[in-house]
Amino acid sequence: MKEELIISGRMNPRVDPNLSIWGWEIALYLFVGGLAAGILFFAALYYLMGKEKTFSTAVKWAPMAAPFLLIIGLSALFYDLHHKLYFWRLYTTIRLSSPMSWGAWTLMVVTPLSIIWSATYLPELRPGWRWRYRWLEQLAAFFIANRRTLAWIMVVSSAILGIYTGILLSAFNARPLWNTSILGPLFLASGLSAGAAFIMMISRNPIERHTFSKIDLLVIGVELFFIIHMFMGFLASSQVQIDAAGLFLGGPYTLPFWIFVVFIGMVVPALLEILELRGQRIPVFLPAALIIFGNIMLRFLIVYAGQASRYLY
Amino acid sequence: MRYAMAVDTKKCVGCSDCVVACQLENNVPIGYCRDWIVESTAGTYPELELEFRSERCNHCANAPCVRCCPTGASHIVEGGVVLVDPDACIGCGACIASCPYDARYTHPDGYVDKCTFCIHRVRKGQKPACVEVCPTKCLYFGDLDDPNSEVSIMLKTRDYKTLIPEAGTDPQLYFLT
Repeated sequence: MKEELIISGRMNPRVDPNLSIWGWEIALYLFVGGLAAGILFFAALYYLMGKEKTFSTAVKWAPMAAPFLLIIGLSALFYDLHHKLYFWRLYTTIRLSSPMSWGAWTLMVVTPLSIIWSATYLPELRPGWRWRYRWLEQLAAFFIANRRTLAWIMVVSSAILGIYTGILLSAFNARPLWNTSILGPLFLASGLSAGAAFIMMISRNPIERHTFSKIDLLVIGVELFFIIHMFMGFLASSQVQIDAAGLFLGGPYTLPFWIFVVFIGMVVPALLEILELRGQRIPVFLPAALIIFGNIMLRFLIVYAGQASRYLY
Repeated sequence: MRYAMAVDTKKCVGCSDCVVACQLENNVPIGYCRDWIVESTAGTYPELELEFRSERCNHCANAPCVRCCPTGASHIVEGGVVLVDPDACIGCGACIASCPYDARYTHPDGYVDKCTFCIHRVRKGQKPACVEVCPTKCLYFGDLDDPNSEVSIMLKTRDYKTLIPEAGTDPQLYFLT
C-alpha cells in the first residue's frame, strides 16, 4: 500500500497539530444569532400578515429577548477577537467578498432594529410605562407610526442574519466540512426552528402554540432533508469531502452528532409534537427545550468538527 | 510582476537554516514560525522516497485569506505578495481558517502574521532572508514575468509541483522534483 508519512517542523499555537482558531465563542454566537434571527423573522412576518392580536407572543413578547441574545452574541464575538482595540476597523470598510463583513454590517442593522421593535411595544406590555423625556416620546411615536417599514426591513435583515451564520463557515474552502453551500440554508432553518420553539415555550395562547408547533414540525423536516442532502453531497464529492463526512459517519463526531443533534434535537421533539397535535398532553416545554438543545449542539459540533477537517498534503 | 519562490527538493536537506533566518530577520516570536520544514516519506515499502520541503505562505494568486478578510487587513501588494496590515487586523481568525496551507498564526500581540516574502528586503533589491542563507542554495526567488529570472529558468528546465493545487488557490510556491 502506498503511504506517506509527514513530519512537520511547524508547531504554531492554535494552528498545529489541529486548527483550533475558533472555540465556544463562535459556536455560541452562531446559536444566539440564529435564535434571534428566527424570533425576529417570525415577529416581523406575523406583523406583516396582520396577526398582531392572535400572535401577540410572536410579535410583541418574544422579540424582547432578541436584543439580549444579540448583545450576548456580540460580546462573545468581541471576546474572541485577538486585536480587540481595532474592532472598529470592521466599520470603516465594506468588503463584499467577505461573509464576516456582511455579518458585521447586518448585525449593525439588526441589533438596533430589535431594540427599537421591542421598545415600541413596551408601553403596551407594561401599562403605565412612560418614556422619561419628550423627545423619546416623539421618537417612539415615529417608530410606532412606521412599524410596517420596520417590519419589512426586519424580515429581510433577520433572514440574512440567519443565512449568514452558515455562510460564514461555508465560505472556507480550506475546511472541507464547512465548504458546502447547504450550510447557509441549514443554519437558517435551524435558527427558525429555535425561534419557533422559543415562541412556543413562552406563549400562553393555545392557537399560537399549535401554529408554532406545526411550523417547528415542518422546519425539522426541512432540516433533516438538508442534513441528508449535505452528506449525499459530501459522499459524491472529492476525497477531502468524503473524509469530512467521515467525521460524522464513523469518525469521532458520529455519536454526538446523530444522538444529540438528530435524535434528541430533531426526531424526539418532532414525535412529541405529533403526539401533542393529536391531543396527547405533553408539556410544551419539553419539545421546545430539546429543539434548542439540538440547535446548540449543531453549532458546536459543526464549528469544532470543521476545524478537524482539512486538506492533506 | 509576479513574485514566486521555487524550492529544490533534490537539494534541500532539511537543516532549518531558512527557519532560523526568518525568525531573526522578521523578529518572529519564540514558539512561532513563518516558514518550516516538512519531511515526507512516501511510497510502498521498501520503495520509499524521502523529500524535504521548506514551506511557507504560498502567496496564492487566488488568495482565500484576502477574500474573507472583513477589514481589508489582508491585502495584495506588488508582485502578488500577500501581506497583513497589523493596524487594520482585528484578529478574528477568518484568514487562518481560510488558508488550506495553515500558513498563518495569531501573533502574541493580537494581529495575524505570516511570511511576507521579505518584501522589505526585496524592495531594497535583496533576496528574502531564507533564500539568502540557504547553505545548499536550494531556494530560488524572483519574478515569473521576467523570463530570465532565476525562478523562471528553474521552472522552465525542471519538473515541479505545487501543494494541493486542487484547493484552487493558484499557489506561487513551486517545488522542483
